[in-house]
Amino acid sequence: MTTTAAASKPARIFGSGIRRREDPRLLTGTALYTADITLPGMVYAAVLRSPYGHARIRSLDTTGANSAPGVLAVYTGADTEGVLQFIPCAWLVPNADLKVSPYRALAKDTVRYVGDAVAVVVAESPQQAVDALDFIDAQYDALDATVDPELAARAGAPQLHAEAPGNIAFHWTVAGGEIDAAFKSAEVVVRERIVQQRLIPTAMEPRGIIAQYTPATGELTLWNTTQNPHIVRFIMSLVTGVPEDRLRVIAPEVGGGFGSKISQIQGDFIAVFCAMRLGRPVKWIETRSENYQGTTHGRDHVQDVELAATRDGKILGLRCTTWAGMGAYLSTAAPGVPTILHGLMLSGPYQVPAVKEEVYGVYTNTTPVDAYRGAGRPEATFMLERLIDSLADEIKMDPVEVRRRNLIPPFANGHTVVTGLTYDSGNYQGALDKALGHINYDALRREQKEARAKGRYLGIGVCCYVEICGLGPSQVAGAVGFQGGLWESAIVRIHPSGKVHVFIGASPHGQGEETTFAQIVADEIGVAVTDVKIVHGDTESTPMGWGTYGSRTTAVGGAALAFAARKIKDKAKLLAGHLLEAAVEDIDYSDGKFFVRGAPDKHKTIQDIALLANVAWALPQGMDPGLEASSFYDPPNFCYPFGTHVAVVEIDPDTGHVTVKRYVAVDDCGPQINPVIVEGQVHGGVVQGLGQALWEEAVYDTTGQLITGSLADYAIPRADTLPDIEVLSTVTPSPHNPIGVKGVGEAGTIVSTCTVYNAVIDALEPFKVRSIRMPLTPERVWRAMKTKG
Amino acid sequence: MKLSVTVRVNGRTYEREIEPRLLLVHFLRDVAGLTGTKIGCDTSQCGACTVLLDGATVKSCTCLTAQADGCAITTIEGLAKDGQLSAVQEAFWSKHGLQCGYCTPGMVFAAHAIVSTIPNPSPEQIRHGLEGNMCRCTGYQNIVRAVQLAAAGGNAS
Repeated sequence: MTTTAAASKPARIFGSGIRRREDPRLLTGTALYTADITLPGMVYAAVLRSPYGHARIRSLDTTGANSAPGVLAVYTGADTEGVLQFIPCAWLVPNADLKVSPYRALAKDTVRYVGDAVAVVVAESPQQAVDALDFIDAQYDALDATVDPELAARAGAPQLHAEAPGNIAFHWTVAGGEIDAAFKSAEVVVRERIVQQRLIPTAMEPRGIIAQYTPATGELTLWNTTQNPHIVRFIMSLVTGVPEDRLRVIAPEVGGGFGSKISQIQGDFIAVFCAMRLGRPVKWIETRSENYQGTTHGRDHVQDVELAATRDGKILGLRCTTWAGMGAYLSTAAPGVPTILHGLMLSGPYQVPAVKEEVYGVYTNTTPVDAYRGAGRPEATFMLERLIDSLADEIKMDPVEVRRRNLIPPFANGHTVVTGLTYDSGNYQGALDKALGHINYDALRREQKEARAKGRYLGIGVCCYVEICGLGPSQVAGAVGFQGGLWESAIVRIHPSGKVHVFIGASPHGQGEETTFAQIVADEIGVAVTDVKIVHGDTESTPMGWGTYGSRTTAVGGAALAFAARKIKDKAKLLAGHLLEAAVEDIDYSDGKFFVRGAPDKHKTIQDIALLANVAWALPQGMDPGLEASSFYDPPNFCYPFGTHVAVVEIDPDTGHVTVKRYVAVDDCGPQINPVIVEGQVHGGVVQGLGQALWEEAVYDTTGQLITGSLADYAIPRADTLPDIEVLSTVTPSPHNPIGVKGVGEAGTIVSTCTVYNAVIDALEPFKVRSIRMPLTPERVWRAMKTKG
Repeated sequence: MKLSVTVRVNGRTYEREIEPRLLLVHFLRDVAGLTGTKIGCDTSQCGACTVLLDGATVKSCTCLTAQADGCAITTIEGLAKDGQLSAVQEAFWSKHGLQCGYCTPGMVFAAHAIVSTIPNPSPEQIRHGLEGNMCRCTGYQNIVRAVQLAAAGGNAS
């Protein structure tokens, strides 16, 4: 069939929805997660945790546990004091009077949340370790607890830390424009108290660690459920004193993170301490219930928000006070979430002339919070999108029309907003139009009207968003107190046979970059995608990288990779010129072939060149052997993906049950390397946001008991509670990224919560309901209908 | 006290002395060394540990090893034959029905149960059949598509 072969040009691999190479090992049970690894001589740790939200430890007697079957050792805070440094907070937001209170791997004297680690047992089997916990005699004197961030900041609230009077961990302000004047001149002001309830990330794989210490060499090796092995090495070195060059961190298969595997938690340090004391490999794997107490939570804001506008729907200003619950201690990235990742995005995709937000970070007797998918941006998006719907209601204007009147016009290369950020590129109207056209908005409004006449309550929510991701640049990271860099690096090495090894510092854990990154390399240098192997997740073999979070791996790590591949191509061109006896300026490249311009039959493939570069028999004068390049990429700006989502809900007036009937997502993350993977990210992101709107909440009682302490009590979305997500996209490249890409991991979560929430409030318009506390459970919706808000 | 059990897993017979309290999932992972079966919770909600016991799907965290005495178990390691993925596994791969992979072994068996008991399942039937298995990555949509594909004998688009 030579005719078709001659006519067909190979489809570009960049942009192709090829199947993931990760999947066969995951589908056959051969992938190894941390819990699946067993080392010779391994022993097992189990952690005793505080059953009190706030208490003094009166006494701690471990003798019973010490003599229990199989037990090798029992340690308490008295053993780790002075040996392990405090668990560091790594986002020291400046100009915020930040008070970092000591966070110990094992508590000393006082426990401050249910789950605070008190003691550890190490035994020959995991069962023996857990059994022996019952023989530790721990006596406590309960103290008054405080769990709500706004109440904890009030005078007279129980105090957590002497270092932080009034429980205030920090007070941060963002302001731009003339906010007082905006409110003075406003024709309309709408106000709302928004509770961004506390959530539990719930990656399906709980956290865990294996720590192996070799006294003879002083080397410590960790297998850890982490999103950022290089940061683990850095932090673990600081806390344990083991030099970074003796510390190896392996992130084996990692079963999701959503932010909950960024920080280093008590169990990690405890296991390392035990391994170093005992000289035997120690494994610690948390149970789900332990995960809910001892790994990080997310959100937990109380926000008082007001929006100033004109009667014709022009936004003049947004002002708010936010109490952001931090939990009992400041986790790794916690202070940056409700400040830098939140407050700087207050104006969203709109022309907002003035904003001001005061954020109080508040210590409470709860599990520490940290980043959770979206991290700060869902809380900002919700604020603005909710208030715009309130404004529309107030001035009797269609909420879409209000949005149209305020959206920033399309821009291709930079738009500076009131908070000082410069968005990279955007076409917000384009996404809005596409979403409305797809769902036929006008017909939907007519349908809603007809349904209401028949006693059916349909609601429509339309939300626009822009988010900040692709975190760096590093200079900005430093300026905002992030205690690390935000660049990425990659090494591309071509073997003599033309096969390609790629080593990256980022650490994907379900997102599929082993596939998408191979697509980038294949596209850049013209090898088959199957000839590219991506290596990640081991500090001993991969170059430095700051980790996979903030939708940054493709935007930053992928860019590093593209630049490394381009260096390879540059060297290959030099070699091709040498081999073809032509000037390098006369060498062209197409589809994996380097040829003399005008004479495509006179060519060398990348494989030919790889062999010649590696054997190095006849290199040009002064050229190094090998075909390998490394690249460090520090982005010049963040990326700003955007889009419009639409939800259609129906409410059962008898039960208050919300059914999401349709959900349309139009997202713009720039050019898509693998659209199938992008669609999967949108599905998962949207559904997590829906979870917040409708079902999820970490509930504490007033004494600090976690009421939703297991998967039997905490309601994550299930298959039978969800609609199909209709996924569409627009493509607006980022001007500063070498492959134009933005991020897509968090977008769905950032906007879907408010989209569904607005749809529910819209459905309840006949009841004059303006606000319901999330999650929108049937009971809450039903009560709101009964009390008319 | 030790208990003597004989359990057949993926065609191989394991005769072992075990603690009576040993859960089947721990037997599979720690005794048989088959770590493909995952543990995602401690309250029998998540379904990551789902396996086949005498052909029926069970959450192996909800079953004592003693209850599986004399039974035949299939775990995720036993599903592919001669290096060929099963129709359900293949469909998950084709439809991007997995991301981090942690729920996948259990999810594959939940899907297997739907495909083998309901001819031409509707999306609603599939979603109902998956409700005992939790996934945090995919939003389930591509899992539903995978089950549809597998149910159609791998021929549906």
